[in-house]
Amino acid sequence: MNTMDSALERAKTKVRNKMQTKVPVDRQVQAAHLVEKAKRFAGMSRPLVFTERPIPDAADVPLTKIDVSNPFMNRQGKWDSYFARLREEAPVHYLADSPFGPFWSITRYADIRAVDTNPEVFSAEPYIVLGPPPLEIEMFIAMDPPKHDVQRKAVQGVVAPRNLKEMESLIRERVQDVLDNLPTDRPFDWVDRVSKEITGRMLATLLDYPYEDRRKLTYWGDTISSTAEGTGGTSHQDDFYKATGELARSFMAHWYEKAARREAGEAPGFDLITLMQTSEDTKDLINKPLEFLGNLTLLIVGGNDTTRNSMSGGVLALHQNPDQFAKLKADPSLIKNMVSEIIRWQTPLAYMRRVAKQDVHFGGQFIRKGDQVVMWYASGNRDERQFENPDAFIIDRPNARNHMSFGFGAHRCMGNRLAEMQLRILWEELLVRFDNIDVVDEPEYVQSNFVQGYSKMMVKLTPKTTA
Amino acid sequence: MSTVTFVEYDGTSHDVDLVEGESLMEIATNGAIPGIDADCGGEAACGTCHIFVDSEWISTTGRRTDEESQMLEMSSECEPNSRLACQVIAAASMDGLKVRLPEYQI
Repeated sequence: MNTMDSALERAKTKVRNKMQTKVPVDRQVQAAHLVEKAKRFAGMSRPLVFTERPIPDAADVPLTKIDVSNPFMNRQGKWDSYFARLREEAPVHYLADSPFGPFWSITRYADIRAVDTNPEVFSAEPYIVLGPPPLEIEMFIAMDPPKHDVQRKAVQGVVAPRNLKEMESLIRERVQDVLDNLPTDRPFDWVDRVSKEITGRMLATLLDYPYEDRRKLTYWGDTISSTAEGTGGTSHQDDFYKATGELARSFMAHWYEKAARREAGEAPGFDLITLMQTSEDTKDLINKPLEFLGNLTLLIVGGNDTTRNSMSGGVLALHQNPDQFAKLKADPSLIKNMVSEIIRWQTPLAYMRRVAKQDVHFGGQFIRKGDQVVMWYASGNRDERQFENPDAFIIDRPNARNHMSFGFGAHRCMGNRLAEMQLRILWEELLVRFDNIDVVDEPEYVQSNFVQGYSKMMVKLTPKTTA
Repeated sequence: MSTVTFVEYDGTSHDVDLVEGESLMEIATNGAIPGIDADCGGEAACGTCHIFVDSEWISTTGRRTDEESQMLEMSSECEPNSRLACQVIAAASMDGLKVRLPEYQI
């Protein structure tokens, strides 16, 4: 039976590899979409739809029924109290039934770190959000070592500190340009005008993608990371396939165009595409469409709403804590530490998912092989065992750097230094321009159990009075 | 007093008191040595206290563990004598130890 299975598996892999090289990636996306539609038509699958209802207080729900995968938790401000209860009463908690199936929640800092650094027992494969993606694109964030290491190393140079140094002045110019064009006489949406704009420009730079089309990157990233099936979000499967197909087509063309430009004598840039095309391991990646698509999607999603929501979250945190804003203005050298505190406080991605590869005793519980295990970074970052007064936003918190928003272990965020750099530059440039950034309306929150984000935040700027 | 020397990537050298029982990461951060980030606080989980141990000291400090390799080998600067400073515990025998820092902590 086992030999049969593995023979079958080998044959499947062979066919898939062969197909990968022969069928262009956009066609593959299209084919997968057709299969999904056929299943839906035949009644074999039904898209998930979430309807918002008021979430009861954490204390009023039986422990065994607590479901922190509800995509409205963040919007209704309930996550903190639910996680606080889990950390106290059931730090390794089992939910037998949810729209995403049964899953374990790990909510204490030390436990999360232990799971994250143990890939032999807790696998990142085949996907890292609560529900399956509609299409099996191959991303190294959802691969275990050693395959993970090979793929990651091939692309991480683009966001490595050495490359960032080259980019710093360019990033600063672009941030300055965004800030210099903000209205100061009326409120505006910070999410759209600043957070999305700066991260969109950054992504376009990293990919050497046509600058005027940068909002497409934002749109694709948002759509792909917000399927109802994967994260309880608002993208329908059809939107996902449409976005993925567009992304695939566009980047195939971009790849060939870049190659042609370089052949015609253009100096190679420090962007991801050039890096891939000039590295021995990845120069033929276009012939492995699912991997090609995976690497791009990972970068676009990873560099999209994470930094964006920290850019918005920082404004909100400082607005809610005017004493901290005063402290910051009195001592701008606190920016670096504040950036870590913003990332801790916001935790833009609430969790990563793992699957137990074997039966394991963990935190007094018995986790079975194949069980889903969710590491709730959003909870670990508020663990009173690790952070004193954890719900408070304190820009000079001594151990803010120890936050777990980037994860720990082999999958630790490879864009962490870029994210920190963008936030640092943003706040350096804000402080020289503005005395105050007031959030003038209740922000609007994204529907998701994965992304802790803002869809709208109206702010009013007070320019610095020149002496 | 015993000392340990941290040499920054640009060659700047810092002598710090060696405190037995503390990790080299703790000694470096307590001594405000630039170039040691130590994001995870000493759990070999982030790879940001990367150091190179001069070859004559390897037998004293020991070689890196698999756990350290998992993080260190992600860095393009990783060498056979790379260690995570948080996993090297200072002992009296390390008086005069010299370690170098990489250009970047990832």
